[in-house]
Amino acid sequence: MSDTPVIVNDCTLRDGMHALGHQYSVDQMVEIAAKLDDANVDIVEVSHGDGLSGNSLNYGFSAHTEREYLNAVRQVLDDTKLAALLLPGIGTISDIEMAIDCGIDTIRIATHCTEADVARQHIEFSRQAGLDTVGFLMMAHMIPTEELVEQARLMESYGADCVYVTDSAGALLMDEARERICALREALDCQVGFHNHNNLGLGVANTIIAIESGADRVDGSVAGMGAGAGNCPLEVLIAVTERMGLETGVDLYPLLECADELVRPLQKRPVQTDGNAVMLGYAGVYSSFLLHTEKAAKRFDVDSRDILVELGRRRMVGGQEDMIVDVALDLLE
Amino acid sequence: MTTKAAILGSGNIGTDLMVKMQERSDVLELAMLVGIDPDSEGLARAKKRGVEITHRGIRGLMDSPLFEEVEIVFDATSAGAHLEHAPILKKAGKRTVDLTPAAVGPFVVPVANLEQHLDATNVNMVTCGGQATIPVVWAVSQVADVHYAEIVASIASKSAGPGTRANIDEFTVTTARGIEEIGGADEGKAIIILNPAEPPLIMRDTVHVFFDGAHEGEVVDAIDEVVGRVAEYVPGYRLAKSPVFEECIDEPLYIPGRGELSGTRVTVFLEVEGAGDYLPKYAGNLDIMTAAALRMGELLAKGISHE
Repeated sequence: MSDTPVIVNDCTLRDGMHALGHQYSVDQMVEIAAKLDDANVDIVEVSHGDGLSGNSLNYGFSAHTEREYLNAVRQVLDDTKLAALLLPGIGTISDIEMAIDCGIDTIRIATHCTEADVARQHIEFSRQAGLDTVGFLMMAHMIPTEELVEQARLMESYGADCVYVTDSAGALLMDEARERICALREALDCQVGFHNHNNLGLGVANTIIAIESGADRVDGSVAGMGAGAGNCPLEVLIAVTERMGLETGVDLYPLLECADELVRPLQKRPVQTDGNAVMLGYAGVYSSFLLHTEKAAKRFDVDSRDILVELGRRRMVGGQEDMIVDVALDLLE
Repeated sequence: MTTKAAILGSGNIGTDLMVKMQERSDVLELAMLVGIDPDSEGLARAKKRGVEITHRGIRGLMDSPLFEEVEIVFDATSAGAHLEHAPILKKAGKRTVDLTPAAVGPFVVPVANLEQHLDATNVNMVTCGGQATIPVVWAVSQVADVHYAEIVASIASKSAGPGTRANIDEFTVTTARGIEEIGGADEGKAIIILNPAEPPLIMRDTVHVFFDGAHEGEVVDAIDEVVGRVAEYVPGYRLAKSPVFEECIDEPLYIPGRGELSGTRVTVFLEVEGAGDYLPKYAGNLDIMTAAALRMGELLAKGISHE
């Protein structure tokens, strides 16, 4: 375990966008962000669920522009840093420039776990612009640990300050999470981070394992507000770290209030480990496919579980939401 | 009589174009394949096929006695490199077919506007995703008003070489511009996904077009016709599914920063299987690019021989 307190990165206002079909109002974001700042959370991430420029027919359009969201949240953050997410292939460096203009401190550049080299131009640009720059290796359950280490080394070589093991499908078992974090910690000089989804009910447990294995940063979302069964629920994580005597610097009570009073009332579709959400982790499918799959299942009258299993079998990766309807049509035949 | 051509770039695209030109063209004769890495697989393959090579880049080509005879240069390097090559080639009086996303010259997409730029000294082939999807957007905009169009190109990781990987922003920006300028959409967006699955997946392209002013039947006919025309030069180009329509009248589409749009959304699922000239058949993204570029080069060559 690291001697310095773990850095806590909240995703309620980014991954949580998936759970709401990207429909936060600016006021809702501002209220939640202010509460997270009260709680001394280190970093708050604000972006479309699929990262900057994720607005599309494929992923859904948000209620406001990213500039509106980022500018509004920037104004209510005091000590808490502001982050944005970018997926090369969806957003571009000009989106990072826009986010810098809005005052972000941190940029997180996400690629599929085998494709780190597509992030080179974005990581190099962000470092040069003076941003705290994070590499995010998504769907980390899909490749063996040795291969993940090679990809993490690439991101470090481009200048990343931190590289994440990102369990986008919430599919990592406990030993698998431990093995990956330990291996990255051993291989890299930069920081190591962990992001996950609670699809198999391991959101908090795997995040604690990551901290014990030497992770410098961990992600969570208030009331789990994220894709699929949600992210590691941040207020629960902080309750556990306090019981363990682990210092994070984050205050529990404001987070509990944020979860109960601000976030959970927004969840029209509860963020929980229900049947379809469990199937994401079980089949190893990108968590943000959940709502799109439920929509397609209803529209074409096929079993959503069959769609998810087939998407997993085809080894679809993050961003391939277009293949959900394709699979549903195949199942109809 | 044949017209002599050179190819800059010995990566996936340059090598596939070499094979196509040698095996499929009666009009163009390949004089030289130009690389920068003496150990590249493409150069080794060219040597084996009896093609002249250099590993000294465009300088190596210019220093060769063959340079004078070359009339058409295909650039399959990278956007950054093409910005350096373009003025050199222009000065030397060479017609240039640019396969990088540099977009120095006008965009060309065979079914839409191939013949509009026969006089241009430099034409640009947009991107592989653009060559695969812009024909569909263009076809819909021939019968309807296209307010917005978006494409998702999914390619096998193995078919994306270092040039594509280092230039992924140029891919999305250039494809989106092509969707607007050639496809006729008021607003275009492009997304590219690399999928490492084994065995590699055949290139898939999904095209979402938001339109009004036409009936479903007219749109279906326009799409079917254009898919047939693209398949004439890329035989593995086909609809993977029938187009899926969704009315957005009662619940209009809301685009932040732009407002509400009412109309119909059509989603077109394309599959592009390659001819397997260089990389295996999954790499339809190479095929559609090189086949379109070869067709453009042949048209330019016919223009030159008439001069």
